[in-house]
Amino acid sequence: MAESIEEIEFITSLSRPTKGCAGDTGEWRVFRPVKDETKCNNCLICWIYCPEACISKSDIEIDYQYCKGCGICAEECPTKAIVMVKEEKR
Amino acid sequence: MRVLETGNHLVALAVRAAGVEVVPAYPITPQTQVIEKVAELIAGGHMDAEYIPVESEHSACAALIAASLTGARAFSATSAHGLAYMHEMVHFAAGIRAPVVMANINRALGPGWNIWCDHQDSISQRDTGWLQIYVASHQEVIDSVIQGFKITENWSVMLPLMVNLDAFVLSHTYTDAEVPEIEEVREFLPPYKPRWKLDPRFPVTHGSVVYPDDFSETRQSMQIGQNNARRVIKEVCRDYAEVFGRWHGDMVEEYLIDDAEIAIVAMGTLASESRVVVDVLRQEGLRVGLFRIRFFRPFPIEEIRSLGERVKSILVIDRNYSYGMEGAVFTELKGALYGFSNVPVRNLIVGLGGRDVSYELIADMTRKAISGELGEITWGDSRITPSHRVTLECLEEFKKLLG
Repeated sequence: MAESIEEIEFITSLSRPTKGCAGDTGEWRVFRPVKDETKCNNCLICWIYCPEACISKSDIEIDYQYCKGCGICAEECPTKAIVMVKEEKR
Repeated sequence: MRVLETGNHLVALAVRAAGVEVVPAYPITPQTQVIEKVAELIAGGHMDAEYIPVESEHSACAALIAASLTGARAFSATSAHGLAYMHEMVHFAAGIRAPVVMANINRALGPGWNIWCDHQDSISQRDTGWLQIYVASHQEVIDSVIQGFKITENWSVMLPLMVNLDAFVLSHTYTDAEVPEIEEVREFLPPYKPRWKLDPRFPVTHGSVVYPDDFSETRQSMQIGQNNARRVIKEVCRDYAEVFGRWHGDMVEEYLIDDAEIAIVAMGTLASESRVVVDVLRQEGLRVGLFRIRFFRPFPIEEIRSLGERVKSILVIDRNYSYGMEGAVFTELKGALYGFSNVPVRNLIVGLGGRDVSYELIADMTRKAISGELGEITWGDSRITPSHRVTLECLEEFKKLLG
């Protein structure tokens, strides 16, 4: 580890994408997307549209630790397999 | 190649010679013929670059930054309100460490609406982290664009650079000048080799969130870049003179300073005008010298401290004003001298909004400065015209209307 900025010389706002680098953003959620397995046809449209990459491609699982509850997946789902449910008070 | 051209067109020819690959620009007023000429060169197949017309100066600077981050050598040009409008992105370009060059045609900021020369536009960008050159001749326009890329792309600098040229005096008048061939420049300025880029093979975020724990050091790093630039500027200007045989000074340009009792300090074409003043006053037996600040950022602190040791007084000409204080160069120069010199410094404010400044006026003010008649700050060309009386006439009418 360098002791001072003179040794590093160059520091800018360059960052590498890391899971959870903005914290547990799931705590921001007001509405929770809930999937109805019986209606889901595995089309993966929710996976493509999720802006936070919180839906897994293999089994279409929603990662509630980071899902902000934006509702785009529910809006885009062609079979209405995802509905937004109000979160209980923590 | 010897050409007879405007300063605007010379910028475009220098941009081509520098091997620029991307030019994003907003091509509407207050934009100048810099971009018109670049577009013409690209459209005519005379320049191998992408021209991106965008919908605003803010977007022009954003595209300039993005183009640079893809690893391309990028350039844009703007002026006055265009520069003001891109202000947010001007900060961004420096913070993200994009090694770009932008030409700014120095014009007044309205109101009153005005497309003529003063330095208010670029002085207002003082604290953005950009390097700023103020050029004094058509030939220096060309040479500064080429030097600019060499300086900004130096890894120890990596801060964007603004080449400032005075509206009309340089931008719209024709003079003959030497434009180096692309092949000659390529050896001095090889194609830009980025040490990072936007690359899907290694995706990273540029300009990401930086929390309080980490922020200050990113800014300190910019200041280290500015400090390093002092050395790089001297090296690049020296090398440029060796290769191309032309010298316009490095951080500063001095003229007959060594035995001078008073130094006129100026930037841009008022420094060229002051050179005439030096010759005229020396014929009268007055020991006057010219100290032209070429780089306003980084500010030539050491050079000014050396000046403070050599002369008995200093007259700073400002073609800008920091309201509530004084001319910006005056403030900065005194700041650099603090604790090192007690020479009296006077401030002359002239040439705002493109008012013509004659060498006779500067000579007269310099004589007054020598004899001690000049106050601390003098609005040197202030006078009331019939147009100014319109305000009073209107107020009379409003008094009838509003009571």
